[in-house]
Order: sequence, then C-alpha cells, then structure tokens
Amino acid sequence: MSERLWDILVSSFPRLLGYGLKVTLPLTALSFALALVISVIVAMIQYAKVPVLRQLCRFYIWIIRGTPLLVQLFLVFYGLPQLGVVWAAFPTAVVVFGFNEGAYMAESVRGALESVSRGQMEAGYCVGMNYFQIMWHVVLPQAFRTAFPALSNSLISMMKGTSLAATITVMEMFRQAQVINGRVYESLALYSETALIYLMFSTVLTYLQRWGEKRLGQYGAVK
Amino acid sequence: MSMIEIRNIHKSFDGTEVLKGIDLSVNKGDVVAILGPSGSGKTTLLRCINFLERADSGEMVFDGERFNLNAIRRREIARIRRKTAFVFQNYNLFLNKTVLENVTLGLTAVRKLPKAEAKARAMDALVRVGMADKVNSYPAQLSGGQQQRVAIARGLASEPEIIYFDEPTSALDPELIGEVLSVMRKLAEEGMTMLVVTHEMEFARSVSSKVLFMEGGRVIESAPTAAFFSNPQQARSREFIRSILQSRQG
Repeated sequence: MSERLWDILVSSFPRLLGYGLKVTLPLTALSFALALVISVIVAMIQYAKVPVLRQLCRFYIWIIRGTPLLVQLFLVFYGLPQLGVVWAAFPTAVVVFGFNEGAYMAESVRGALESVSRGQMEAGYCVGMNYFQIMWHVVLPQAFRTAFPALSNSLISMMKGTSLAATITVMEMFRQAQVINGRVYESLALYSETALIYLMFSTVLTYLQRWGEKRLGQYGAVK
Repeated sequence: MSMIEIRNIHKSFDGTEVLKGIDLSVNKGDVVAILGPSGSGKTTLLRCINFLERADSGEMVFDGERFNLNAIRRREIARIRRKTAFVFQNYNLFLNKTVLENVTLGLTAVRKLPKAEAKARAMDALVRVGMADKVNSYPAQLSGGQQQRVAIARGLASEPEIIYFDEPTSALDPELIGEVLSVMRKLAEEGMTMLVVTHEMEFARSVSSKVLFMEGGRVIESAPTAAFFSNPQQARSREFIRSILQSRQG
C-alpha cells in the first residue's frame, strides 16, 4: 500500500467515524423510535380490529411496503416542496425512515401480539382488568419478547439504510465518504473503510440484541 | 336466597345450539358440581356465566341484582367479576409475571391496593394453596399442578364470593391431580362457594353439595349430591354414573 493511500485512510477514519457517531447513529435512533411508536399503534389497531382505522393501517402498510424507500425519500424531499411542503433534509430522513420501517415492524408486532395465547386475555378479564390494563401488563410485554429478534433485524437494517439519506443531502457518514472521495479519488479504499465502520456499528447492535434477548428470556421457559 | 341464579340461558355457535335453556341456582356455601359427557355444554355454561362468552339470551340474578345476560353492560360485567374468580383448565397464569406478581396484579391494577398490602394478601393466598415457597418463580418453571394452585391463589386473593372452576384438573398428569383437588377440598370445607365443571367423579361425590348433570345442552338432572349418586332419577344419569365407574375399574 502506498504511503499516500495509507495517509488518506488514517486521516479519513476519525472523520468518517465522527459522522457515523454524530449523524448516522442519532438518525437511526430517532427514526427507530418513531418506527417503534408507529408500529405498536398500527399493530394494536389491527389486533383490536378497530373498524375504519384498521383499513387505514392496511392501506399504509400496502403503500409503504409496495414502493421503494429511495423513491419515498425523493418524493418527500424533492416532490412535496411543489405542494409547498418544505422540510429540512434531516427531519425528512427521520420521518421517511420511521414511516418506512414502521410498516414492516408493525407486521412483526402484530404477529407477536397474535401469538400471545387468548387465555392470557381471558385470565386478565377474570381478575377484573380492563382491555388496556391487560394489554399493558400482560399482552404487550409478552409480544415484545416475541417480536424482539425481528425488531432487532429492523434496527440493523435501518442503521445501514440511513446511508440513503446521502441522496437527499443529509451529511451523514456515507455522504462524507463521497465528499472525501471527490477530493482524493480512492473509491475502493474509502468505501471499504466506510463499509467497515457500518460493520462495526452493526456488530455492536448484534451484541446488544443478544444481551437484550438474554434479559427478556428470564421469564421464559427453559433455562 | 340464592347468591347466583341463572334462568333459561341459551347459546349457539354458528347455528349449533350449545345451551338450550339452562337454569341453575347456587346458594352461599354451596359446592355445585356440573357433570356430563364431553360436548354437553358444561364449559360453555361456565364461560357464559362469567361473560367470557356472551349468551344469546337468559337472565342472571347476582346478589339480588337482576341482569339480562345478552344486554349486560361492560361496567356491570366488571362489577360482577370483582366478586368472582375463575380457574381455567389450562391455568392461564400470566407468563411474564412471577408467581407473586400473578397474584398481586389484580389487587394493584384493579383494586388499587398499596403494594405492601397486596403482597400480604397474596402471601396469605399462596400459603393457603401451599405455594408460598415459589413466589419468585415464573409459571414456565412450575409443574401443571403448581401452576393450577397458583391460579387458585390468584382467585382467592381477590376474596371472591364464588369461584368458578372449569375442569381444573383435566390438563394435569394423573399424579398431579391430587394436590389440586386437596386444595379445592380444603376451600370447600372452609365454606367457599364453588361452581365446578369436572370429570372427577370421586371429587364430585365427596366434596360437592349439589350436582347438575348436563347432556346435549340441557340439564338432565339436578339434585343434592348424595341423592344423585345413590338414587339417580333419570335413566341417562344412571347410565352416565355406571359408565364412569366401569371405566374406572376397567
């Protein structure tokens, strides 16, 4: 490896990592939080078979899952301004990522809710709890444990997906790699380096998932 | 005066009539055993009485208050359920809660008791069923018999006027049935009012005070326990008792 290339890699690494920590991860965290709220609401509406709202939820999932994330980003960031809706790049990314992944996560959560035995609900009624008390104390915690691996999947996929925000001018880690590359023309080295940092992040998330599963597994069956 | 009276209850599932007009009355301190072959509607009857299924028609008098079973309001259901407890065939303990939390949840979430008081009451109930040494276990770590005893404690903790049992030993391995029946026997001796759907003939004969024999969605015979077993009036009852005793011996 030439000395020049080595210098480029060494000097770009802290920069890329900095953008990763300061932009990519916060973008992921905010989008995921939004997705989690959306998914639980959408899943609960379907689980409770609320009329009208339930159809709306199906419609939302149909639209989001049926169109590419990149197209959704462009539509909101470049398309909506024509209707007078102008959002800054970062909030746009949070909202689009949140609504996008939220649709997939809603299906994971719904599946998990439906896997909780009907008898749990009945037992809750018999001790006098109302629907929301049973959901809060009994059904949601159990569903959360079931959905946890799928939700972790979503989190990791979302973290990598934030690189798409580069296309709507969000200065995140990948966009920063592009900028540096524009100066030095070392695509192979720089994008490999960027990939490595994403890999580091997702490795940490994988460990977090394992730790979380262990904690949630405490009330589980076989020890 | 009876504590619970059910009049002319009807229930159909998808056009099949499962309950064809059943009457039932339970006095304070009664232990009523509901017997009958599979598919006779026993469980459905119990579930309708505790509103886990909505009856198509019928009337209930509970503590002197009259309710139309088909038109009863959610708030009225909640009020009645506070005075009752239900023990399921499959225990249905809250799987994400420890033994202690299973018993306290209804007290803290519904009755808004302070934590310490709820715990004290839960411990009392767990002692009564012999499960006080397992307070921190999760249901998945217990045997079926232990889970069922915790389920009974969960019911007891709310100090109900009546406990409904829906085939409480049917899901248990034979060697675990005894521990659950002996808890129920003790409750009966203490004067607890109980309505028990069961296949345990010996238990019905020795513990219950009254028998309701059902078949095909109707009550075939309703009689004090001693009379029912020694001198059943209906041919079907005699046949049922004989077949059960034979299967025991054979």
